[in-house]
Amino acid sequence: MIITGAEAIIESLKNEKVDVVFGYPGGAVLTLYDALYQADFRHILTKHEQGAVHAADGYSRATGKVGVVIATSGPGATNLVTGIATAYMDSIPLVAITGQVSVPLIGRDSFQEADIRGITTPITKHNYLVKKVEDLPAALKEAFYIARTGRPGPVVVDIAKDVFAASFDYQYPNEVKLRGYRPVYAGNSEMIDKVYGEMRSAQKPLIFVGGGVNLSDSSEELRDLIEQTGFPVISTLMGLGCLPNDHPQFLGMVGMHGTYAANMATTECDLLLGIGVRFDDRVTGLLSKFAAKAKIVHFDIDPAEINKNVLTHIRVVGDINWSIPALSQRVKEVPGELREQVRSWLEKVRNWYIEKPLTYEQDKDHVMPQGVVEKVSQLTQGDAVIVTDVGQHQMWVAQFYGFKNPRSLLTSGGLGTMGYGLPAALGAQCGLPDRPVILFVGDGGVMMNCQELATVAEYNFPVKVLILNNQCLGMVAQWQRMFYGGRYSQTSLKGSATDFVKLAEAMGVAGLRVTKPEELGSVLEQALAIPGPVVVDIRIPEVLDVLPMVPAGACLDEMMMGGVEG
Amino acid sequence: MKHTLAVLVENKPGVLTHISGLISRRAFNIESIAAGYTEEPDTTRITIVVEGDEKEQEQVVNQLSKLIDVIKISDLTAVESIQRELALIKVKASMATRSDIINIVEIFRASIVDVNRETMVIELSGDETKIDALCQVLEQDHGIIEIVRTGKIAVSRGPIPAKDQ
Repeated sequence: MIITGAEAIIESLKNEKVDVVFGYPGGAVLTLYDALYQADFRHILTKHEQGAVHAADGYSRATGKVGVVIATSGPGATNLVTGIATAYMDSIPLVAITGQVSVPLIGRDSFQEADIRGITTPITKHNYLVKKVEDLPAALKEAFYIARTGRPGPVVVDIAKDVFAASFDYQYPNEVKLRGYRPVYAGNSEMIDKVYGEMRSAQKPLIFVGGGVNLSDSSEELRDLIEQTGFPVISTLMGLGCLPNDHPQFLGMVGMHGTYAANMATTECDLLLGIGVRFDDRVTGLLSKFAAKAKIVHFDIDPAEINKNVLTHIRVVGDINWSIPALSQRVKEVPGELREQVRSWLEKVRNWYIEKPLTYEQDKDHVMPQGVVEKVSQLTQGDAVIVTDVGQHQMWVAQFYGFKNPRSLLTSGGLGTMGYGLPAALGAQCGLPDRPVILFVGDGGVMMNCQELATVAEYNFPVKVLILNNQCLGMVAQWQRMFYGGRYSQTSLKGSATDFVKLAEAMGVAGLRVTKPEELGSVLEQALAIPGPVVVDIRIPEVLDVLPMVPAGACLDEMMMGGVEG
Repeated sequence: MKHTLAVLVENKPGVLTHISGLISRRAFNIESIAAGYTEEPDTTRITIVVEGDEKEQEQVVNQLSKLIDVIKISDLTAVESIQRELALIKVKASMATRSDIINIVEIFRASIVDVNRETMVIELSGDETKIDALCQVLEQDHGIIEIVRTGKIAVSRGPIPAKDQ
């Protein structure tokens, strides 16, 4: 059929079963927006391109589908950069469609020209610059295929303005032809045998799960393996939710702000099965002492992750939807054998977990942020979709929410992007209109994309925005307190002291406030009962530390425990 | 240790950006990089010389392999291979010194490709050490005005091409 490039994009989006795009119009994408208008395609107009890309990311994390964002050339495209890098670090499938200046103007420093392909090369899985309309269908087909397969990631398709208007005979390809890209799903089964052999001889094995389990939707398969083996389990921030927090083999989160039990078990274990993890420095602490007594097995779909940070003894490259069931199958050959073998080890590490739980100081005069997280967990039965921004509140949510379901914690783990939370929450709510979506955010981070409150109001996305307001940049201040002699350089926000209730109301969102502990329960209940979006400004003490804490570059067993008894 | 990698990539715009972007982002230590067309019109072959231990070498190969446009990488250090580099050297040459330079050129099996009243341009292909040696002699005895080197290219011995290794 003879159609324009812009119409071809709409057709291709339909072919990819995309039901919503996030974006912001501009000069180079006028023709595309005209086609969206005529096709009545669902489009969420954010207030800033950064909001659009984080919303597409939140949508993808919540639903498992590819998120799509559209922006114009130059500043529109460069405003996507932080969001693309955020998605790249956490392996989130996105397709970003950007307009580029017309082909004859490329390379001449034209109005609103930026080399977005060059700019995004280190932060995308792949990217395209389409200068001929005939190349458009294959580029889009490949972009979606590359974004969602293998280790997922963001793909940029930059399209010259004249391509949108050019007519051609459109046909969407049925398959992609990529000589250099063949993601491997099923790996080498000999490796599974080897791992099983190690499991049978291990005395202190530990299963270590990460974001890959959430991304590959393999939590059921994981749970089967865990229950067949009886091995204790630790999780990264990104792995939370893939195993219910109250599972009798779970030891909590590992790393800088991990539990005593998880960090000690990692130091003590003799076999570490890393599944969909990337051994990030926030997890490992001092690399040379990380799991130093253990043989390390690494399950990952990306061969480049093997030996990147820690040296692996056995590598199992492939989709964990293949490797975990294959391993469970071997374990089932002698039922109960491994469980019996590790009984005393599991008992020991679970005792650590029970005897040294995550705790915090109770304060009857102040609202404690950890208590807010616990209260929300209780009110939502651990069943809400939780979005966070970055900082102290992010760690308190990870520690105290008690996640039950996969894909229920949406957080910028790798890049640590402040300003991620609010737009990601609106994207998640857009994808899951019937689920409660609750955002925890600091008073610093909420201001980084607070313009999206207006988007939340416009589309009536019923997101609950809980601002844990300590009137400072809490995590940075904590480091200043601990490592910079308490010199609070530029971390106090008292001078600006925004009235978040008024801000919410100005943007068309209901605003509530909690200042005393006795108000907390009723205000939260009130907020959850409001059918539309709500901002709750929750005043918490300024000086609080996230604990336990492993200082950067220290060994995992060198935790500062603080408020933990015993 | 040094590894010579034959990297076969799609002959498409932007491929070199992807490769150089990756090398810079991952802080890989690259000694030389040389690209050119191959027997297949849609394939470009890039020869990369990497400096580093086994672990770094493995990361270079794995990370490069992740690039969508990279079709195949083979490590030519692991097999018998022929490795060459081309250099063009512009050397100071007066009437008086010309014959000495010609002698040196003959010893090195190089060739003279341009002569004028003040300079000569010498072309030499060979391995790195041979080119280094010629440059050293010319610099000490005559003075070099400029040098241009292509970086190493390499091909395995025997009938099996890199794409099938």
